[in-house]
Order: sequence, then structure tokens, then C-alpha cells
Amino acid sequence: MTTLATKRTGRKADKAEPAVSSKIRLATAWLGGCSGCHMSFLDLDEKLIDLAEVVDLVYSPIADVKEFPDHVDVTLVEGAVANVDHLELAEQIRQRSKLVVSFGDCAVTGNVTSLRNKFPLEDLLTKVYHEGPGAVPRGGEYDKIVPALIPRVLPLHQVIEVDAFIPGCPPDPERIWAAVSALLAGEPVVLPEKMRMFG
Amino acid sequence: MAVITMTINDELVSGVEGQSLLSLIREQGIELPTLCHLEGLEARGGCRLCLVEMQSTQRLLPACTTTAQEGMSIQTHSERLVRYRRMILELLFAERNHVCAVCVMNGRCELQDEAAKIGMDHVRYDYLVPELPMDATHDKFAIDHNRCILCTRCVSVCDSVEGAHTWDVMGRGVNSRVITDLNQPWGSSRSCTSCGKCVQVCPTGALANKGSTVAEMVKRHDFLQWILDGREKKQWVMHNGGSEGRR
Ligand code: SF4
Ligand code: SF4
Ligand code: SF4
Ligand code: FES
Repeated sequence: MTTLATKRTGRKADKAEPAVSSKIRLATAWLGGCSGCHMSFLDLDEKLIDLAEVVDLVYSPIADVKEFPDHVDVTLVEGAVANVDHLELAEQIRQRSKLVVSFGDCAVTGNVTSLRNKFPLEDLLTKVYHEGPGAVPRGGEYDKIVPALIPRVLPLHQVIEVDAFIPGCPPDPERIWAAVSALLAGEPVVLPEKMRMFG
Repeated sequence: MAVITMTINDELVSGVEGQSLLSLIREQGIELPTLCHLEGLEARGGCRLCLVEMQSTQRLLPACTTTAQEGMSIQTHSERLVRYRRMILELLFAERNHVCAVCVMNGRCELQDEAAKIGMDHVRYDYLVPELPMDATHDKFAIDHNRCILCTRCVSVCDSVEGAHTWDVMGRGVNSRVITDLNQPWGSSRSCTSCGKCVQVCPTGALANKGSTVAEMVKRHDFLQWILDGREKKQWVMHNGGSEGRR
């Protein structure tokens, strides 16, 4: 099983390391999800203070960082892979993170985001937009402004290698804490049965 | 009743002649996952979750449909069995459309439970995303084929307990589907007595009361033993069972 401990010793020595702090570099990313997993993360409440003592949050929808940085220790990824921007970010996350965690059901299974997989893409855009009132927004093609949808929404592990899974829609703060504290301690994420349930 | 002796996970145990392997295994306090099996209905051996391994031949047999026999020796949790059970569950999730977060049985579903118990934290296979209908033509109940795992508990209870035989199965392999009467809308079925037994025994969100929304459906299995005890022993004692106690 992959843990931070095994990944850390496996670090390539020739890569320049950020010299600033010895804190664990944590990132969270938001792909095709409702942000509920991040809301649940914020529900860690006072534990966030404990967390802040041991980690640097180097990238997150709740931190104003534009580029996914290098040398990230742990990245929690909310949401399924639904468009070309998600594909690109997922690749970056994998290349630049030691541990990648599927955070919540959309990342783990596709969940609600993948409900659209039953429709061919054209039908979907027609049903939701072209047949509806008002002007049709962009989205059918990659115009560099609005990212094009990929034909099928995918769970994260079908796009990149994933090291651990936190199911739940959203995972409650207790689950998140159990998983995150294991990750930070360099232990494998083994959630108890009650915390493994989808939904 | 003759007593038999056999070996389960290298321990000698004794049971009664004619007893199923499953009941003998469970008597030892060993947890064996099951989905198609339900106490009171005829064992079918359909889901294969309860497979055990014969020590002598390495053959795999479903514990629910196999009779315990003198001198038998089995393993219930060999590395291979644990691996297969997880694969079976992953295939069940991949075969139809299971989105627990928006399902009537979220939190009380036997499939969801078994996945959590076994530690199936993701599905390695491609989701098939089949196009499957719902039938909500019945006054009181609805079936969502997206959630059906073809355990055929509904078929069995409607036939052997209610005596109506409204349900049956059509098609083969992944195209199999449970149907009412000769594949006509449930609401137009003339055999269905609207007793609701099929709904109560369904392990997943496939059969539900109309009007129940996400995570609202609660199922009761206790009625089954109630009816069977009444019929066979003229005894009416309420047991507990079903999805009420989950989560
Ligand atoms: S039937 Fe069970 S496993 Fe399937 S979506 Fe509903 S709760 Fe989840
Ligand atoms: S409601 Fe009763 S009679 Fe009708 S299909 Fe279900 S079990 Fe059969
Ligand atoms: S409808 Fe329910 S009880 Fe009937 S086969 Fe499907 S899952 Fe089993
Ligand atoms: S419970 Fe034995 S095969 Fe389904």
C-alpha cells in the first residue's frame, strides 16, 4: 500500500526541493463535483487549526493559487473527470503529487456527475440548453473559454493512478479526519466499515 | 436427527444432517456475505457471494445451496475467495446504474452494506451505463431496473409465499430483467394482489414504495417469518429483520 512514508523515501534526489518549510504540502482540487466535499472539509471546524499546524495548504479552491504547484505531498481530489480542463488538471496533479486521494463519491464512482453518461453529448447539450429558453451558451467545442465536455464522465482512477479512496456524498468530517490523519502520519488509509459506505 | 462432523477453517464443528453449509457456518459466528439468500425463501445460489472453497478439490461451492456433509472440509475466507467476492460486488456495481447518493435505499441497502463490509472502496471495471427503464404504473409501488441485481427474491416470495407468481425473469446474461406478468406494465398486472411482499424483500433500491424519495425507503423482512411460522406452526411471534436497524 502507498503511504506518505514510502513515497517520501522514494523521492528523486536530483529534483530541487522547496527549502521553505518542513510542513506537509497539502492540496485540494475541485473537478466535476458540487463542492459539497470541500464544504464537509471545512466542517472539520477546530480541527482545521490542528491541521494548519502540520500542513501548508498549497493549492485549493479555498486558497487563491492559480497554478497547481510542484512537490505536493498529498492532494485530495473532489469530483469526477467531466471536461478537458479536468483531464489536464488531473494529469498535473498526478505528476506533481506524491499521494493522490479520490475524495468523495463523484471522484470515486462518478456519482451524480456521471448521471449524464446515459445521454450522448449532443443530446445532453440540446436537452439542457438548445431546447431551453434564451441564448445557447458555449460548451459543445473547446473554445479555450469554456472547456469542452468529454463524452463520458469518468471516476478519477480511470484517468490517473489513485492511492486512496474516501467514499461518501459528501464524506462526513469524521471520515475526512480519519483519512487525512492517517495520510499525514504516513499510514495507509484503512477506514472502518461504517466510514466506507458510498452515498 | 443425525449429527455430522466437518471442518470449517481448520476447526472441527458439528451440525445436523441436511443443514445447509451457510447456516452451519453462521452458527459458528463466522460472517459470510450473502445477497440472493433470504431466510424463509428457497436458496438459489445466484449471487455467488457466499462461495466457499472445498479443501480437498479446491472447488468453489455456494454455501447457501450446499448441504453440510460428514467429513467435509472447507475454507470460508481464503485469499482467492476474498478476491472473488470483491470482484463480484464490483461487477454488480458496474453492471447497472448505482448512484447511492440519490437512491431510495441509501443507508439501508444490502448491496451498499456488503460493499462497505468487504472494503470495496472503488470499482476497477468500466461502468456499463445501460439504458434501463423504471415502471411506476402500479398504484403503490415502483421498480427501478437501474438498481436491480437480479437476486430474484421478488420472484421467489411472490411465487412461494403470496402464490401470485407475478414476477419472472426474461432475457439472458446482462440483458436479463425481472418482469411482471408477460412483460407488461406492473400496474396492468391482473395477477398482482398488491401485497407488497416483493418490495419488502428486495435487498436494493430496485423495488420501493411510491412516494419514497432519497434514503427514505425502509424495508421489513420480519413479515416473512411471521407468515411462514403462522402457516406451518400456527405460531405468530414477531422477529426483527429488514433494513430498519441499518446505519
Ligand atoms: S441500490 Fe443500493 S447500491 Fe444501488 S444505488 Fe441504491 S443504495 Fe446504492
Ligand atoms: S405486490 Fe405481492 S402479488 Fe404483487 S408482485 Fe409483489 S409480491 Fe407479487
Ligand atoms: S427487483 Fe429487487 S428483489 Fe427483485 S431481483 Fe431485482 S434486486 Fe432482487
Ligand atoms: S447467497 Fe449464496 S449464492 Fe447468493
